[in-house]
Amino acid sequence: MSTPSLSPERIVYQERVPGARYASLILRRGFALRLTDVDGTANAAVLLYNPHNLLERYNAPDTLKGQHTARLTAGHMLYSDMGRVMLSITADSLDWHDPIGGISDADAVRGTYGQARYQERLNDFHRSGRELFLIELAKWGLGRADLLPNVNFFSKVQADEAGNLRYRPGHSHAGACVDLRAEMDTLIILQTAPHPMAPGPEYAPGAVDLTVYRAEPVAAEDPCLVSHPENARAYANTAAYHSQE
Amino acid sequence: MTGMNLVESPLDPCDALSRVTVPAGEPWLGELRRGQTLRIVDLEGNQAADTLFYNLHDPRGERYSAVDTIREQGNAYLSTGSCLRSTAGRPMLTITADTCGRHDTLGGACAAESNQVRYALDKKPMHNCRDNFLIALAESDYGLGKRDIGPNINFFMNVPLTPEGGLSFQDGLSGPGKYVEMRAEMDVLVLLSNCPQLNNPCSDYNPTPLEMIVWK
Repeated sequence: MSTPSLSPERIVYQERVPGARYASLILRRGFALRLTDVDGTANAAVLLYNPHNLLERYNAPDTLKGQHTARLTAGHMLYSDMGRVMLSITADSLDWHDPIGGISDADAVRGTYGQARYQERLNDFHRSGRELFLIELAKWGLGRADLLPNVNFFSKVQADEAGNLRYRPGHSHAGACVDLRAEMDTLIILQTAPHPMAPGPEYAPGAVDLTVYRAEPVAAEDPCLVSHPENARAYANTAAYHSQE
Repeated sequence: MTGMNLVESPLDPCDALSRVTVPAGEPWLGELRRGQTLRIVDLEGNQAADTLFYNLHDPRGERYSAVDTIREQGNAYLSTGSCLRSTAGRPMLTITADTCGRHDTLGGACAAESNQVRYALDKKPMHNCRDNFLIALAESDYGLGKRDIGPNINFFMNVPLTPEGGLSFQDGLSGPGKYVEMRAEMDVLVLLSNCPQLNNPCSDYNPTPLEMIVWK
């Protein structure tokens, strides 16, 4: 697995999101976002919405059953709940990103890492994935009802033959990156709290670099399009949607 | 908790508070009070029961969460002993009896648009679970709509994961008269779609009725 090098003239925006912080942006169709795990300890939790109709959002079950997978990597597409492709994973230096682990809440963070309030720790206080998502979602008029199963980039949760779920520590590495190409305008809500199944006890989630760049045109034989016939149909629905603009 | 926990119920349907048969392809919306027990009976076998739960007193703020449920029990499948958790991490219901053995909560519900993606673009006109969810909510007074539909439970469905990260839809383990029973740990709203899917084996290509039995 590898990710291509990006020439500087394609890059339109860069931002470093520290651990346990948030970001949001609208990734326009024709652009792509590279997420980079700066020091190998990041979890980039992501939710997706259509900025032109916030009722359309990333749907984990449809994405997973459409591609017969419980992990996400290059060649996969992230579907909306309207049968369309929001983002395509065009390149990946890992082979697995977690779509089923969900997020931590304040109780879980306290249980795993102990209490660390602002009063004692100032800006090093412990934040949960739920808090960070709710803060960033609120800026777009979204709230608790809009919290759905997210993608946890750079994390791995593996099932055994009996369905027992295990978090795999040390899955990522410094500089690991994944490229997401927007097939429709997509509001990306991102937060970098620890994965809810990370073992602790040290609360030290890593930073994520966001790099927005101009994508290459989608070729007829694009690997994401041809990897599953379901993807070709979801992409056809997306093209039909754009023809209505 | 590893699934396949076959347990029969001591409850007698003759003592039930209510018994309702849900025809194939129709929704059911009902309230359960804390402490009440709901049994869903797969009357003729191999029927998928797509089910959502809401906190009756805060349905927009707290609902069933598939990812919290499987993460906290450390296993992807539901059976007797599974605690069905909310988006706030709280127990909503506990599965108290199960004669089927495994239920899915990762596969989600069918919709007109997802049927296009999964089967063929011309499948959009076929009836589907999300239409059932949307019409049941739209005709009710709970103030719920599309944004309140999260991933559901597919009672009686078998969607196994593999260590390699695969996920497949397989023939159900259910059969005529098999049931799953759950006790409400808070007051809940139950929204069910008796799945009309004709494109895969989840309802054995022959959707059939379910019975909903509630005990005090």
